[in-house]
Amino acid sequence: MLTKVHTGLDPVPGVWWKPAHRAEKIWVAVAFVWCMVLFAMMPLWHWRGGQNPAGIRTRVKPGDFYARTMEFAKQYKVGEDRGFPIVQPPPGSDVYLTGLTFQWYPILQLVKGERYRLHMSSLDVGHGFSLFPMNVNFQVVPGYDYALDVTPNAAGDFRIICNEFCGIGHHTMVGRVIVLDEKGQALSDNPGARILGGRP
Amino acid sequence: MTVTSAIGDFRTCPFTGRRIHRQAEGLVKANAVVAIVALLIGATAALLLVLTRWQAVHLLPAVWYYRILGVHGMNMLIFFIIYFEMAVLWFCATALLNSRPAAPRFGWFNFGLMLLGALIVEWMQWSGKADTLYTSYPPLKAHPAFYLGVILFAVGALNVVGQFFATLVIAKREKTYEGSMPLVVYGAMTAAIIAVITLVHGALVYIPTFLWSIGVLPSVDPQVYRMLWWALGHSSQQINVAAMVAIWYMLAALTVGGVVLNEKVSRTAFVLYILFISMASAHHLLVDPGFGPAWKIVNTSYFMYMAVLASMIHGFTVPAGMELGMRLRGYTQGLFGWLRKAPWGDPGFSGMVLSVIVFGFVGGITGVTIGTEQINIMVHNTIRVPGHFHATVVSGTAMAFMAATYYLLPLVFRRKVAFWPAARWQPYLFALGMLLVSMGMTFAGSFGVPRRHWDISFSQAPFDVQFNPAVDLMLAIMGIGGIMAVTGALLFIAIAVKSAFFGEPLGTITPGVAMAGVPQGLTNPPVHRPDADAINEELHRHGALGPTPGTVVLVAVFFVAFVVYYFTNWKLLSVLWKIG
Repeated sequence: MLTKVHTGLDPVPGVWWKPAHRAEKIWVAVAFVWCMVLFAMMPLWHWRGGQNPAGIRTRVKPGDFYARTMEFAKQYKVGEDRGFPIVQPPPGSDVYLTGLTFQWYPILQLVKGERYRLHMSSLDVGHGFSLFPMNVNFQVVPGYDYALDVTPNAAGDFRIICNEFCGIGHHTMVGRVIVLDEKGQALSDNPGARILGGRP
Repeated sequence: MTVTSAIGDFRTCPFTGRRIHRQAEGLVKANAVVAIVALLIGATAALLLVLTRWQAVHLLPAVWYYRILGVHGMNMLIFFIIYFEMAVLWFCATALLNSRPAAPRFGWFNFGLMLLGALIVEWMQWSGKADTLYTSYPPLKAHPAFYLGVILFAVGALNVVGQFFATLVIAKREKTYEGSMPLVVYGAMTAAIIAVITLVHGALVYIPTFLWSIGVLPSVDPQVYRMLWWALGHSSQQINVAAMVAIWYMLAALTVGGVVLNEKVSRTAFVLYILFISMASAHHLLVDPGFGPAWKIVNTSYFMYMAVLASMIHGFTVPAGMELGMRLRGYTQGLFGWLRKAPWGDPGFSGMVLSVIVFGFVGGITGVTIGTEQINIMVHNTIRVPGHFHATVVSGTAMAFMAATYYLLPLVFRRKVAFWPAARWQPYLFALGMLLVSMGMTFAGSFGVPRRHWDISFSQAPFDVQFNPAVDLMLAIMGIGGIMAVTGALLFIAIAVKSAFFGEPLGTITPGVAMAGVPQGLTNPPVHRPDADAINEELHRHGALGPTPGTVVLVAVFFVAFVVYYFTNWKLLSVLWKIG
């Protein structure tokens, strides 16, 4: 038996726990199965996919992390650009990047196809790591060391845009990542066109 | 039984025959008016913001861009929405249940408390003492009065929610209605329960932050703050979702005689909201360092997407209820005869339908997709995020609130809707403008354009950044859409203010005779055929597609769009750097 015809403004006398029509049941079933697919995709991607935000996450004192970054920069410095050291660590090593108002320190120089453990943190307030033009984004939180294994798959001259509001100079906060090709050659200094042109 | 209020406290509604309590009505009016004032401030701010983000125009200087951005966030997401929700709660608990309100004087006190809090926040923001944006993430620090203002506002709102529950108890005890409460009130109650969860998190995050700002606490952990703050910031959007769905059911009933297909299904969907929707704080923390994959997956999925299931259920039952209601009134032709014959010139109807469509197709699909743990890597903090939530909060919730206002003006304020010819196309202008805003932002964000950013030409940065030229086009689309949407919003405000304060009194309504300034659902109330129950039985018996075949086709289209969009995003993700 159906409930008497009524709208959502009418109180419902008696028992309204009545079976739904088959069409409604089928839609609920389809939606439920779809929800399970949505849910399964995330663990599945951890297992088989190449892009996951898990990483190694530890607490760190902001000052200690910054000191570690300075030491790292000194150790592997290969050049300088606009006052920032260009740092080329060996493949497979730990790489440190500090966000501070309003700069990303230092400039990283990596090699295509090699794996690095990229540690990110902040010296002061929250920052947002946004790799341009790859559009890879991570939150950088003071007091937390976020370490992700990254493998660049394209050579080029990349930028790090800050995409978390960090103060009045937020929009001037841009860093640089250089990715050399397999032969160790730098591509010409043209960030946007080449990499973006090849992507949908 | 002693009835504690006198007969003189009530008036009888000429349209519906319901008993309306005068004091409750006053509270509905006052809360709605303040909501509209907040909307005016927020919409003016919105215009300045789109004209700044539209890089070719770039209107505001940096300091004022960030300041106005904070003002826009607080006025729209907190003051406009929550004040309107207070009006909705008062309306549902009293008018829809024929009840008197619980402690109306305390209601006025809370109204004042919220107003005081809001004014303090406005003062702090406009004077530059809280340039920390809407989220105020520590260690960025605002003036202590800013946090205090938010706390006062939240306490006032929490009290009103308590009064809503008390009114439900009064209505039940005084037997002002028979059986179970109407579905619309059930939806409002869902919103109220989520509001309690939300506002408690608000207290958990703002009280320690206030203490830190006055120097009592040495520090606030920025990651813990982000988690608790979003349990306020995102969950408060879930109050909107529940309130909006309740309004969909209400307007479906008022405009086209939309019925409830099955109380069990619709009410269960609301319960799923209560149980799971508050976990969505995680949507903002998917690429944060403080949480592991298990926590992120369980929470971002609202525990296996049960709240998404709820929305997909309402996405079926709301249009299906309208379709069945129309069929029971005799509009039975073909699959979509009921849609062709619908009252598209009634802003209460068109606004509600546009809200359902844009919320579902744009807001819902993008929200689930970008809230996926890994896909969020290419979305977090890009302008794609505001692209999503303008489709939910603005095109969905705000549009639904506007549509409801076209019925509240004659029902509660007892005035004709002013500028009626303009009111008839206002929803279309607003919805189209907002759609362009959402689309422009979404596509610009896919190229990595950051949100909350004054200058994406990076003219003062040490290294050049050259976005794809398509970005300029996308931001121009956003800008033009923004101008249209703000025009639509200002038009709505003008209509609401003119009607409420200087409007023509309703006068006598002759049923069946259309009247300028009164929506068709009131002059010509939708009535089902006298043998509706029998027709309903008959419709339920035939065909595999059931009593609402048109809706089955519509949700199938929706489902295909959802699947395609979702997997396209996985494909785009797979070509990025390997990250793990």
